[in-house]
Amino acid sequence: MTAASITVSETPLVLYVLRRADDALVLGHRLSEWCGHAPMMEEDMAMANMGLDLLGQARELYGYAAKVEGKDNDEDTLAYLRDVRQYRNLLLLEQPNGDFARTMVRQFFYAAFSDLYWRAMMASRDATLAAIAAKSEKESAYHLRHSSEWMVRLGDGTEESHRRAQLAVDDLWAFTGEMFAVDDSERGLIDAGIAIDPESLRTQWLATVARVIDEATLKLPANDWMQKGGRIGHHTEHLGHLLSELQSMQRTFPGATW
Amino acid sequence: MSLTAHDSDLRQRAWNAAAQVVDPEIPVLTIADLGVLRDVTVHDGEVEIAITPTYSGCPAMNMIAVEIEVALERAGFRKPKVRTVLSPAWTTDWMSDDGRRKLKDYGIAPPQAGSGRRALFGVEQVACPQCGSTDTETLSEFGSTSCKALWRCRNCREPFDYFKCH
Repeated sequence: MTAASITVSETPLVLYVLRRADDALVLGHRLSEWCGHAPMMEEDMAMANMGLDLLGQARELYGYAAKVEGKDNDEDTLAYLRDVRQYRNLLLLEQPNGDFARTMVRQFFYAAFSDLYWRAMMASRDATLAAIAAKSEKESAYHLRHSSEWMVRLGDGTEESHRRAQLAVDDLWAFTGEMFAVDDSERGLIDAGIAIDPESLRTQWLATVARVIDEATLKLPANDWMQKGGRIGHHTEHLGHLLSELQSMQRTFPGATW
Repeated sequence: MSLTAHDSDLRQRAWNAAAQVVDPEIPVLTIADLGVLRDVTVHDGEVEIAITPTYSGCPAMNMIAVEIEVALERAGFRKPKVRTVLSPAWTTDWMSDDGRRKLKDYGIAPPQAGSGRRALFGVEQVACPQCGSTDTETLSEFGSTSCKALWRCRNCREPFDYFKCH
C-alpha cells in the first residue's frame, strides 16, 4: 500500500510560502546527495551543513504554510505527500548535482539571490515571514561566501576546472530568470507589503554575479532567453526522480516514525 | 494581569533549572551562556520556556527541548512546556563573556565581534585558541556543527574550531 497525495488549498499566501519552502527542501536535498561523496572531507561537511540550514528553513516555511492553510496538512505531509506537479520550486534548484563545479555554480546563482531576498523580506508585514527571513539571511550570507570562493577557485584554477565551471555557468544560466518572475498571485502580496518584488533585487544580484564571475575569469553568457515553469508545477524531468527518493519511505510506510 | 509573588519565585526557580541545561554538542556551554534560553513564564504554576535556535536546522534543538523538560521535572515542575521562538533572530552577540571564556578554554575560538559576515570573500582574523597566534587560516566555512567553521593555526599547526560570528 502506498500513501496517496494530499490536496492543498493554494491561496496566494499558502502558495507563496510553499514555493519558498519547496526551494529550500529541493536544494537542501540535492546538497545532501553529496554526503559521503564530496571531493574532500571539508566540502562534504560544508554541503551537509548548508543542506541542514535549508532543511531548517523548509521546516519553518512548511509549518507556516500548513498553519495559514488551516486544514489537516502539516510540514511532513506537505513535504512527503505532494506529487511532482504539486511542487513549486525553482527549476534551477532541482537540476542534478553533476560535477562539483555544477553544484557550486547552482549554489552560487541561488545564494547570491537568496541572500538579497531574505534580507529584503525581513521588512515583510507578515511577522512570521519576517522572522524566518531574519534567520535565513544570516545563513545565506555564509552560503554565498562559500560558493563565491569556489567560483573563483574553480574558474581561476586549472584549465579543466575552468572548462567545467564555464560549462555549468552556460548550462544553468537560463534557469536564473525564474528567480525574478512574479505572477498575479504574488503581485497582490507584493502590493500588500507581505512579499517583496524580486525585480528590485535584480540589479544587485547581477552586480554580485558579474563581479565574482569576472574574478573567476569566467564569462557571463550572452543569451537572455530564460526558462520557467517550476512555480506552477511544470518541472524538468529531474524533480520526479528526486522526489521518488525523498518520499519513498513515507509513501511506502505511511506515517512511519522512528 | 499581575504576577503574584509565588509565580515570581517559581519563575526564578524554573529559570535556574533551565539555565543549567548544556548544549549537547558543546557541553561546556549552557543554553544561558549561548543566549538560546530566551524567556520563562509561569502561569498558575504552569511553566513555559522559550528557546531560540542558533541556526534554522540545528539538530541540537530537539535534544535541548527534551533536556529542559527533564531538568524542570526534576526541579518539581509538572508538564513544563518548551516553545521555540524565531524573533528576534539569535546572534552570537548574546553569548555571555563567561561563555566566551569557557569556549576558548575548551579549544574553540569564540565568535569575533564585528567580523565581516557580509564580506563576499572571507577577511576575518581569528586567534588560535591553543597558542594565541593570529597567524591562522580558514580551512572551511563549515565545521562539525552548524555554528562552527574549521580553521588552522600556521604557528602551532593545530587545526581548531571557530564559533562563527552570526
